[in-house]
Amino acid sequence: MEALFFNVSSGFLEGIVRGYKAGILTQNQYSNLTQCETLDDFRMQLSATDYGNFLANEPSPLSTSTISDKATQILVDQFNFIRSNAVEPLSTFLDYITYAYMIDNVILLITGTLHERDTHELLERCHPLGSFDTMPALCVATNVEELYRTVLVETPLAPYFRDCVTASDLDDLNIEIIRNTVYKAYLEDFDRYCSTLGSTTYDVMHRILAFEADRRTINITINSFGTDLNKEARAKLYPTIGRLFPEGNNNLARADDIEQVRLVCDNIGEYKSFFDTSAPSRNGNGHDDLLGDDGDLSVAAQLEDHFFRMEVHLNKLSFLQQFQYAVFYSYFKLKEQEIRSLTWIAECIAQDARDRIQDFIPIF
Amino acid sequence: MSGARENIFPTRMALTNTKLRLKGAQTGHSLLAKKRDALTTRFRAILRKVDEAKRKMGRVMQLASFSLAEVTYATGDISYLVQEQAKTATFRVKARQENVSGVVLPTFEVDRVAGTDFNLTGLGRGGQQVLKSKEVYAKAVETLVELASLQTAFMILDEVIRATNRRVNAIEHVVIPRLENTIKYIMSELDEMDREEFFRLKKVQGKKKRDAQAEDARRAAIAAEADDEEDSAPAFEPPEPTDTNSDLLSSKDADVIF
Repeated sequence: MEALFFNVSSGFLEGIVRGYKAGILTQNQYSNLTQCETLDDFRMQLSATDYGNFLANEPSPLSTSTISDKATQILVDQFNFIRSNAVEPLSTFLDYITYAYMIDNVILLITGTLHERDTHELLERCHPLGSFDTMPALCVATNVEELYRTVLVETPLAPYFRDCVTASDLDDLNIEIIRNTVYKAYLEDFDRYCSTLGSTTYDVMHRILAFEADRRTINITINSFGTDLNKEARAKLYPTIGRLFPEGNNNLARADDIEQVRLVCDNIGEYKSFFDTSAPSRNGNGHDDLLGDDGDLSVAAQLEDHFFRMEVHLNKLSFLQQFQYAVFYSYFKLKEQEIRSLTWIAECIAQDARDRIQDFIPIF
Repeated sequence: MSGARENIFPTRMALTNTKLRLKGAQTGHSLLAKKRDALTTRFRAILRKVDEAKRKMGRVMQLASFSLAEVTYATGDISYLVQEQAKTATFRVKARQENVSGVVLPTFEVDRVAGTDFNLTGLGRGGQQVLKSKEVYAKAVETLVELASLQTAFMILDEVIRATNRRVNAIEHVVIPRLENTIKYIMSELDEMDREEFFRLKKVQGKKKRDAQAEDARRAAIAAEADDEEDSAPAFEPPEPTDTNSDLLSSKDADVIF
């Protein structure tokens, strides 16, 4: 039934997004980019792609952050175009995408406000996708209560913050916990919302969001080893929509080292390979001798790489289904990954680290 | 040979003093030369280490900035969060002093406190990269500190070695020759005075001899006259030698000025 009327409101935008998708860099273009000797070459190669002349007006000593900023700007422009043309329920769906960035921005502002930083400097650092009208007002708040009552209650994030507003004091440790608590609430809510959008959308989105949830769960577990985050607090940060939930989450909450995390992940077929250290990974270990790394750290570092690959894979799958909203989410996630890859290649060129230049994640 | 010498009155005492000073200068020279050699050895060692450290630093810094790129790849820009959450320095530098043949060299030491600052940064994702980057940067800063310590030692040693060199050269080429010249001058003056004295004594003796001969001649003439006039002259003979003696003494008294 939903396929019947989908095109009435969202067919045009889906067409646009699928057109955008065709502009995502291909393996061929990536291999051209990796051949570049300087960032100016890089710019030249990019001008032959969908990015066009986005770096044309930049002064010649090009920095990688400029490239990343400009590319992000293109992404934001595309998003805003689609958002302004969208009608319900796509518009709400798109809003949900921005909430993730809003959370980051709010956290950034809270951190800055606590240390009495210049507001304008803070606002510049915020992600443009996550900006909202009352954002500058965040800078006046001094504690979580006030923050919630005066500012956040007006924003769509209010329900998420309600959970952790009881935090009596707001110190630096708490901020990271607040961020993850809020993010957990956001993921669960997004998943709930997607289930109202029809089964096709939910099928695709749930897979992506469940993976995102598991990824956060695993990351939080690994990253909290050796910190003063206790296990109960850690368990509260785990999103409950992932494939690891509930049994895996419980086990992870009790995990003490990476070996236990590996055991938990062995239960899920897709996640099993993430911890497969014997497989030759592209993460060259050429400089590990200088660091004297222990095995755990390098496994965890490669884990991040595996996560990115998996995310790209899942997002690519969503383009196989028609008449559903997940393509919008996937497109922007893929685009984000592409910008990351571009920045990585640019960074490798700038720092002359040729051996690692292949470590980006190609999309198509 | 008429090089610079000290403006000094050529006396025996001045000679003794100058000789003492020459000896002192020579001792000082050998001591300073030893110090210079020790410092130079040290300097060479440090130079080699500086070279090593600089090469290492290049590599480590490259690694470090690359690990930061990895962090940016995984989590995005975390610089702000890290800046804000760092409360106490976990990486401190301690200065110590080391004594190398009388030169005080500051050496810097790394003092790392296992900090828990921004431990939770990147909790959601990229935390491992953040940790790794932190480690790599700590290593980089360690190398920098080591290099700074070497570089400071290098500068100070260079300065000291140059000063010591100047002193050694000054003593060798200015002070010692001057003292030697002074000694030579005093010796020559003293010899000159000796010769003068000797000559004067000779001269005085010659004059006295001549006077004595003249006196003898006169007396002989007088005696001859008396012999001619009176035959009873032998009664006067005995006092003659005493007379010449007293005459010699008196004439000497008159001639010697001091």
